[in-house]
Amino acid sequence: MSDQPPIRLTIPDFALVVLVGTSGSGKSTFARQHFKPSEILSSDACRGFVSDDENDQTVTSDAFDVLHYILGKRLKNMRLTVIDATNVQPEGRKKLIALAREYHAFPVAIVMDVPERVAHERNQSRPDRTFGPHVIRRQHGELKRSMKNLQYEGFRRVFHLRGEAEVAAAHIIREPLWNDRRTDHGPFDIIGDVHGCYDELVLLLGELGYHIDGETVIPPPGRRAIFLGDLVDRGPKTPDVLRLVMGMVAAGTALCVPGNHDVKLKKALDGRKVNPTHGLALSLEQLEAETAPFRKQVAEFIDGLVSHYVLDDGRLVVAHAGMKEDMAGRASGAVREFALYGETTGEIDEFGLPVRLNWAADYRGRALVIYGHTPVPEPLRLNRTINIDTGCVFGGALTALRYPEDEIISVPALATYAEPSRPFLPNDDTPTEDGLSIQHREDDLLDIRDVTGKRIISTRLQSNITVREENAAAALEVMSRFAVNPKWLVYLPPTMSPPETSPLDGYLEHPAEAFDYYRRAGVPTVVCEQKHMGSRALAVVCRDESVTRSRFGVVEGGLGVIYTRTGRRFFEDGALEAAFLARLRDAVTGAGLWESLNTGWVLLDAELMPWSAKAQQLLVDQYAAVGSAAGAALDRAVSALQSAADSGLDVTGLLGRIQNHRAQIKQFVTAYRGYCWPVTSLDDLKFAPFHLLASEKAVHLDKDHRWHMDTLAGLVPHSDGLVMATDYRVVDLTDADSQAEAVAWWEALTGRGGEGMVVKPLSFLAQGRRGLLQPAIKVRGREYLRIIYGPTYTDQLDVLRKRGLNHKRSMALRQFSLGVEALERFVKREPLRRVHECVFGVLALDSEPIDPRL
Amino acid sequence: MLLTLTTTHPPASDLGYLLHKHPAKVQTFSLAFGQAHVFYPEVSEARCTAALLLDIDPVGLVRGGSDFALSQYVNDRPYVASSFLSVAIAQVYGTALNGVCKDRPELAATPIPLVATLSVVPSRGGEDVLRRLFEPLGYQVTAERHTLDEQFPAWGMSRYYTVTLTHTVRLADLLTHLYVLIPVLDDEKHYYVGVDEVEKLLKRGEGWLAAHPARELIVTRYLKHQRGLKQAALSRLVEDAPDPLAQDDEEEAAERQISEKVSLHDQRLGAVLAVLKQTGAQRVLDLGCGEGRLLRLLLAERQFNKILGMDVAHRSLEMAAERLRLDQMPAHQRARLELLHGSLMYRDPRLEGYDAAAVVEVIEHLDPPRLAAFERVVFGAAQPGVVIITTPNREYNVKWETLPAGEFRHKDHRFEWTRAEFAAWAQGIAGRYSYRVRFLPIGPDDPLVGSPSQMAIFERGETEIPTKEVAVAELWAAAGGAA
Repeated sequence: MSDQPPIRLTIPDFALVVLVGTSGSGKSTFARQHFKPSEILSSDACRGFVSDDENDQTVTSDAFDVLHYILGKRLKNMRLTVIDATNVQPEGRKKLIALAREYHAFPVAIVMDVPERVAHERNQSRPDRTFGPHVIRRQHGELKRSMKNLQYEGFRRVFHLRGEAEVAAAHIIREPLWNDRRTDHGPFDIIGDVHGCYDELVLLLGELGYHIDGETVIPPPGRRAIFLGDLVDRGPKTPDVLRLVMGMVAAGTALCVPGNHDVKLKKALDGRKVNPTHGLALSLEQLEAETAPFRKQVAEFIDGLVSHYVLDDGRLVVAHAGMKEDMAGRASGAVREFALYGETTGEIDEFGLPVRLNWAADYRGRALVIYGHTPVPEPLRLNRTINIDTGCVFGGALTALRYPEDEIISVPALATYAEPSRPFLPNDDTPTEDGLSIQHREDDLLDIRDVTGKRIISTRLQSNITVREENAAAALEVMSRFAVNPKWLVYLPPTMSPPETSPLDGYLEHPAEAFDYYRRAGVPTVVCEQKHMGSRALAVVCRDESVTRSRFGVVEGGLGVIYTRTGRRFFEDGALEAAFLARLRDAVTGAGLWESLNTGWVLLDAELMPWSAKAQQLLVDQYAAVGSAAGAALDRAVSALQSAADSGLDVTGLLGRIQNHRAQIKQFVTAYRGYCWPVTSLDDLKFAPFHLLASEKAVHLDKDHRWHMDTLAGLVPHSDGLVMATDYRVVDLTDADSQAEAVAWWEALTGRGGEGMVVKPLSFLAQGRRGLLQPAIKVRGREYLRIIYGPTYTDQLDVLRKRGLNHKRSMALRQFSLGVEALERFVKREPLRRVHECVFGVLALDSEPIDPRL
Repeated sequence: MLLTLTTTHPPASDLGYLLHKHPAKVQTFSLAFGQAHVFYPEVSEARCTAALLLDIDPVGLVRGGSDFALSQYVNDRPYVASSFLSVAIAQVYGTALNGVCKDRPELAATPIPLVATLSVVPSRGGEDVLRRLFEPLGYQVTAERHTLDEQFPAWGMSRYYTVTLTHTVRLADLLTHLYVLIPVLDDEKHYYVGVDEVEKLLKRGEGWLAAHPARELIVTRYLKHQRGLKQAALSRLVEDAPDPLAQDDEEEAAERQISEKVSLHDQRLGAVLAVLKQTGAQRVLDLGCGEGRLLRLLLAERQFNKILGMDVAHRSLEMAAERLRLDQMPAHQRARLELLHGSLMYRDPRLEGYDAAAVVEVIEHLDPPRLAAFERVVFGAAQPGVVIITTPNREYNVKWETLPAGEFRHKDHRFEWTRAEFAAWAQGIAGRYSYRVRFLPIGPDDPLVGSPSQMAIFERGETEIPTKEVAVAELWAAAGGAA
């Protein structure tokens, strides 16, 4: 071997690397030297998978099926993959190229061109390779014929290693793709289609805090601009715009992606024949006044632009005409086409323009995509995409989006420089017939793939929450048959755990254990709120119907909705619900919350009394029934035993037991009766809110429970008796007196027949050593528990004390995290499917089997 | 729960011999679910009463159970006459139940005046069923019904009765009747009911059950509504047993209660099938397929080479699979049919690419505000060439005397539409999604109120279908009088 300088093979870090070489050319050795084992797909290994024999040529077809399948999955997941097969035949390579195209992977060929003789000798040294020299000869011929075609077949880079020495000297350099700027975190000011509107651009940059000094632009500290392309054409000062942007890009104060107009201009500047329509002629005319070197610079600048960028750890994508999820961060001709032109159906609309497919409507990616290209009257948000081309050159505005602040800054056009072929500015007609935003219209159609099957939902409070397939299936029926319109269903409450079982005689639950739980976790202060015995009710209350429509996207939705903890409409009687909501709305108005919270809607979490209003069926079928049957049965048993006693039989023990049982049934009946009263009108209902969960732009989990209690108490005087304040105590867990006072209060409450109290960390959210703490623990009264554990449960406490809380607590936390995530997504105006996913998850978790008495 | 047995047959105290329980003792027996106590509140030569008091341990009942439901913990079981009482009779009064009495064999074989009092009996079907069960056996029945809660009279009456049965009858017969009929009244059993239960029923029913006018009800309920078991028992009891396949969906049963015409649902399915055949559709959807009655008809037609049945209720699909004997279906037949758990509230790509969809008696189960989602899922996303929707015609309800005015035909119906309402809705959809729509009556077409059920047939622009109205009868004939 002669002295051979190292040979650098530079490939993108996401590529399809096809090794081409005869059997015995050293492909497998090469692959092992330069790539991870998991990156290598070997045809011999695939032969082994399907036949246990890596050399069995009869299974070649099946082996390649397996290879192609795995390759497809790897490319889908953006993994660099090396194909270790001879690949000397064009038909074999064709399939690989097709897969690279499908997944927009960068195809690279590395040709291992070693002499026939060397390959043959290597094969002969291997007992498992039984084929003769003619095979190598044939393969070598195929290789030679292939060489000139590789580029033409679609390989974007071809490395030809001639001889063993070059193979040995080669080493691989991996580089990120040009579009990969994930490590670049901004912040950015992203600017829509400028189209030669230099004056507006200068104004906009000024608004954004950029200082323009001659040709130098100084951004606010740390910030950079991103131009979404279409800098040129139609407008009055294309060369000025180009000069400014090119200067910023060169100075590192801006990034720029190309637009279709820019690319066409470049073609024209290159002297290629293009149709000078859509404002191109104007650009060329303006550029005529510039120097030839400037024009050359422009052409080079445009030529060097990268189709799109993936930024900020993959959270942000910018492209001129948009970017589909399965193309972002990849490199292919199709990706570039999409970035420049979007997706069109091939049809032409009545204005002579191509019909554009609304890729954004189908967009389901996690990254926020900012794009332009299609002028819209207002920035258009849909499924985590935002179009900020507000048609400056057509007399609209030049718009920027500040990232990550998600703030829109616009300057109106100083003039109308061109007439659009298709009207884009709002006319007298509303954009959609029912006045809904495009996002709200899309939200009407949820997709089953977003809710069914095993799902893993990541939430802010607890990273990943798994919803099992069978639980999702159970929720599908409930959600489909009984739930309110999902647009209303922005939250479902979690289940609530009781405390550890009390060791106190006669008690199953006692406040001491709830206090212990929080104190042990380092929580100094809790709030104890009276637990009203009614039915859980969530109320979305809107200031007026226009908010219902504009914020929730519900047409004819009245002033909101009241729904149960499983998402059902609370009232079957629509008129009663409307009256209820009107009274709540007036209460919110009276309390001044619209102004103080700067909102048009609120979400209240409450208990609605009486219990009998909603749980009538349960009461009648279960509680009243048991009371009735037990009363009748035990009365007769007592009188039979008394007759027996009268006639001299010794039944004292038995009689005593039955009489005790009879007394407990009376207590049981008393317990449930306390929660029932007849409802004939709105005046008979009581609404006791305890959380003001959310309002416009805010989820109020950052406020402590005192704020919630005080703010909600403000509703009471304006509600005409409907809203009831909830009694509460703030308890210092380091102060014995404070706790004793709360216990006494609880005993008094439950002694009067109250359900009990709920203990919560004062701060609403609290973290313990092992993560999120229970948001609330219910401590139920001794008598109340008769309707849960059965009338005579106090006689069986020893058995009942053995209750496990782990599952209940884990479920409470998972549901809480999902519920909060749903609210936060709603408040951030994410598409409904992202909110619904979480709410659906809460409902699905409900179908996990858990002791219902907890 | 208390069962007292009283006789006035002198000497009445011989009841002690008959029951094998000494009148001067209080005896306690341990049972799997609690205790049974036997004592005599009254003993004289003229009149003697024996009491069987069941003391059921409510916590013991549920321990080890895995089916979580609150009703397990707070329920009437400890207090009412149920299958627990039957078990107690067999265990505590076993010899008497079998008619054995060493000391007074002739008395055991003699009908004597007896009064049985059951402190609380739950009766599904009320006093009527109670009387239908006991009166044919010669009992004089008195029943006192209990209120649910006297403080809340609006809640009405409970299903509980204190029952007195008076008859001159052998004690063994009385106990046998109670043993069999108490769980029947309750329509519930606390234990697993299998093939053994058929033998038990036939043994205890010997000599009276075959001739009992309510025998079908008794067999059905005793065997916990298990069709196979019921059929086995009935065919051994009597020869003219009904066809087990003639089983109806719950909803149809409800509809049948109010409509004398047995076959409305059959007519509906027949008409749907006829239209589907007429369209030449090959790939068809049955959206809301329930337990698969339409699917069965579709499978019988070779024209349909791909049939997809979807339902939101997983349980319904399981029953459909069972009824259609999916696991035994030949492979080529099986390949034509797919059952899918899905929802009409969510876009589902699996529903795309079909020639036709049938949506039979489904929309009235959706809340009206959710119809917008239904419309987009079916017409906007799935876009079958033809969509057939049937729904009740509310106008016709006046023809059913048993249906109270203003009430819906089924408790889960969220609305029922007049013909005009249905037409307005359907035409709106047709306009929005470029379908043509026409309507057909299902069932007798009354000149004033129309037919009991109504059908809309939507056809997408390019579909070639004759647009002239075809009478249901003709379509029915075209379908070969299917079903």
